[in-house]
This record gives sequence, structure tokens and C-alpha cells, in this order.
Amino acid sequence: MTRAPLSLKIAALAGLAFLHIPLLFILLYCFTTEEKSYAFPPPGFTLKWFGVVWGRADIWAAVGLSLKVASIATLLALVLGTLAAGALARARFFGREPISLLFVLPIALPGIVTGIALRQAFGLMEIPFSVWTIVLGHATFCIVVVYNNAVARLRRLSPSLIEASMDLGADAFQTFRLVVLPNIGTALLAGGMLAFALSFDEVIVTTFTAGQQSTLPIWMLSELIRPRQRPVTNVVAVLVILVTFLPILAAYYLTRHGEAVAGSGK
Amino acid sequence: MSLATLDLPAPREGLLRRLSDVLVRRARLLTLLLLLPPLLWLGLVYLGSLFVFLGQSVFSIDEFSGTIVREPTTATLLELFRPANLDILLRTIGIAGGVTLLCAIIAFPIAYYAARYAGPKVKAAFYLAVMMPLWSSYLVKVYGWKLLLAKEGAIGWFAGKLGLGGALEAWLALPLVGGPSLSVSYTGMVLTFTYLWLPFMILPVQAALERVPPHLIEAAGDLGAAPGLVFRTVILPLAMPGVVAGSIFTFSLTLGDYIVPQIIGTSALVLGQAVYTLQGTAGNIPLAAAFSLVPILVMAVFLTLAKRTGAFDAL
Repeated sequence: MTRAPLSLKIAALAGLAFLHIPLLFILLYCFTTEEKSYAFPPPGFTLKWFGVVWGRADIWAAVGLSLKVASIATLLALVLGTLAAGALARARFFGREPISLLFVLPIALPGIVTGIALRQAFGLMEIPFSVWTIVLGHATFCIVVVYNNAVARLRRLSPSLIEASMDLGADAFQTFRLVVLPNIGTALLAGGMLAFALSFDEVIVTTFTAGQQSTLPIWMLSELIRPRQRPVTNVVAVLVILVTFLPILAAYYLTRHGEAVAGSGK
Repeated sequence: MSLATLDLPAPREGLLRRLSDVLVRRARLLTLLLLLPPLLWLGLVYLGSLFVFLGQSVFSIDEFSGTIVREPTTATLLELFRPANLDILLRTIGIAGGVTLLCAIIAFPIAYYAARYAGPKVKAAFYLAVMMPLWSSYLVKVYGWKLLLAKEGAIGWFAGKLGLGGALEAWLALPLVGGPSLSVSYTGMVLTFTYLWLPFMILPVQAALERVPPHLIEAAGDLGAAPGLVFRTVILPLAMPGVVAGSIFTFSLTLGDYIVPQIIGTSALVLGQAVYTLQGTAGNIPLAAAFSLVPILVMAVFLTLAKRTGAFDAL
């Protein structure tokens, strides 16, 4: 293999730097003493914003709601996504293609369309906004993440394993519990973590299905539009990076020996 | 070895076993049962509400009372072609096109290096370096650019230090791409969108480049083609499906976004904002539905064209 031309190396590294520098600036501004503007360089450094965040009840309420929604939505997505993957991984039947398209649709269509459509439906059915309306919206697009991961793993699972289990006397439920589940476990875990990260971070659909409640992204959005204590937003942003990044890293290590993490569509 | 030493769970008796037998013998019933819950959710709840919303584009709004007139009409759809609305559509499609082009230009070297020159370790590091920003919080990333682009922010400061302050001023003085500061200009908006969707371009382009057989490149070289010619006539055409696949993401995500233009960019509306204000303060659901049809139609056309280039194999 030949060596890369210098210009290519520089272009590739510059591109990667472009991807990471803005995140570093967010970290830097956590420590600034300036709270009214984004003055660069920061006039001074302080740790007080971490204490301010610690004491802010509205932030912790938003974190709590986000964690709750993400947990329920992930659980629902795990169940429904696995069922869908089980049905579509091997079966061949009329209407299979449109159905798999339907599963991808929630992330293929603009979030604003999904959001307004759900909001309208809740209005028509006279469902008041609650944690459950947010969960309903989130689970809709989390299903596909779990589905993608599970279906990729199920296709690699040899059918003879299942046949062997049945030949040895296990029924369908025992086979699922003792053979299928251990084999797709890491894929489900990875899919579940990605779904969790996706839900924890979602803002577009949530603005339409939340009513007056504030998840963490909704809280951040209102801070971005009408900033108050700007460094507080930075501290929360770093917190969000940590909460979403750790599950993603874990998902990467769980699936790296198989195919790439099947979450390339957000 | 006899079966008894295998310590098998004893076969169960009763209802569960009978149910299991039915499911194993009738694979179609099993498929149906598995499919039913997710299909009820997505097919009924999701698709249903989608149709109800988009279907309202054939209704119109009564200009005096502001209520929806439930009689089929093409008036609302035709309203899209009024100059003010057409402006919004063209502006949005222009921005999406610019973002896609910029993404392709920045993504290509990264994908090319990772696919052709990087060893396994570097490749894994590249992959993580692309995945981490991809899965970072969307709002956090937008916020990062607000910091950078602000008038008093880092980009302005560095430009001043490097003696490029004049160049930045000159760029901002340009019509269309300029503005009072980067954070209220199209330049800032396009940069932010490019940043947000760049990983969606890198991954499929890299996948396409990895599938280019090395001996094709060697053969082109053996036949006398200079490296530049090999790149243009062999590598680039084979990478195109990946670029098209990436464009599907960058284009559609830009078309539907309404958060970024709210935070960074000019006061002129883009499609997502138009839909948002129409369904909210304006209460004109039929026109909001008509506007929503545009990105769906554009993407349907895009996807059909993309399918012909084989872009789906690169996803």
C-alpha cells in the first residue's frame, strides 16, 4: 500500500478537526466568568457555574423527565423492534418491502412532520399532553434503531441452531430464551443504548408532543432562544454529551465484531 | 454420549407446549403474531396520524373566521406557488443544496484517507471520531456554533489575530451570503448545517470507497493513467453511489429542520419555520400540510433517482 499524499492527510485531519473543535469550545465556555455574551477569549475562569447548575431545580426536573421518557421509550422500542426484527429477518411474504419501509419512515421523514401529525392526532382523540404523549413520539422513531440492530444479528444467526434446539426437545419459548436471546443479546443492548441516546437528545418531535413539560433538550432550546446565564447552558451541554456519549461508546464496543453499528440513520 | 447426560430441560407439558407446537408448525401465524404489535403502532397510530395531517392539504381555511373548510379544493396546494411561498421553498432547497455540496467536499478526503490509507487502528480511531459528533446532542452542536459564530465570538477573534478581519468583513458585506455578523447570515446557517450532517456523508462515502477493488486502481495505473486521471475516471465514479447516499441524509435533514434557522441565520423564513408558524400561531393547518408535502415529494424524487445509481447498496 502506498503512502497518502500530504495534501490528503491535511485535508482529512482538518475535516476531523472541524468535527471536534466546536465541542471543545463548549467545554471552554463552562468556565468563563462572562455570562452576558460569548466574548472570546473568556475574560476569566471560574468553577462557580457547576455549583449553580447543582442548585437549579428546573434543570434537575428536566433531567428527571428526560431520563424517565428515554427509559420507557427504550423499553417499548426494544419489545416492538425485536418483534418486528423476528418477523422480518427471514420470512418472505407479500407486503414485506412496504412494511420494512414503514419501520424506517419515522426517521426518514422530517421530524417536524411526524411531530405535527402526532400532535394533531392527540388533539383529535382528546388525549391530554403527558409523559406518555412524549414517550409515544419517541418510541415511534426508536423502534427502527432497535430493529436495524436486531435484524442484522438475526440474519447472521444460523437457522440450524434453532433447529437443533427444537430437535433436542425445547419448545419455541425455551428456544427463544436459551438460544435466540443469548445470541442477539448484545445487539439488543447496543440498539437499546442508541435508542436511549436518541430519545434523551430528541427535540423536534418533543416540542409538539410535550405541552408545557420540559425535557432537557426543550430546556436547552429555550435557553438558546432566550439566553439567561449562558455558562449554565454550557455546563448542561457537557452533561448531555456525557450522558449520550457513554451509551454510544458502549454500543460501539458491543457490536464492533459484527457489522457496523446499525444506527447510521438518525 | 446418550441424550440423558446432556442435562436437557425436560419437555414441558400443557398449554404452553401446545401453543408452541402451533407456532412452530404454522410459521405464517408466528410471523403475523410477531408483526402485529409493531404494525398496530406504526401502521395505525403513526401512519394514521400522518395521513390525517397531510390529507388536510386538500382543505382550505376560511379567511374571515380562520376555521378549516372541509371541502376538497386545490386552492391550498396552489397557494404554494404564490411568490412569497415559492421564495421560501427555493431558499430552503438552495440552502439544502449548498449544505450537501459542502458536506461532500469536506467528507471526501476523510472518507478517502480512512478507506484507502488507514491501518486497522487508525481506521477504528477515525470511525469513533466520526461517530462521536454524530451521536452528540443535536442542540449542543448547534449551541457550539452559536458560540463560535457570535460577533464577539472565537471565529471573529481568530480572524482578527490572523489579519483576516478585513476578509471576514468583506465576506459579510457580500449580498446573499453576508449579514451583520456570521451568526445572522446564510454563511453561518450553512456552516452549522454542514457541521451537523457531515458524519452522515462521511460514513456512506467511506463504505463506497472501501468497495473499490484495489486491482482496478492498479490496472488503471499500469495502463498509463496518471494518479489524477485514475482518481477522476475510476475512483470518483465508483464513489458516487456513496455520495448520493450521503446526500439523501444531508438534503432531507436540512429540508425539514426548523431549529437551526431559529437560532442561527437571517430573519427570512425557511420551510421548516414556515410549517411551524403556520400550524402554531397562524393556525393554518391546511397550508402547513401543503408545505410538509414538499420535502416528502422532493425526497421521493431524490430516492427514486438515487435507487438508479445504486446508492442503497452504499447505505
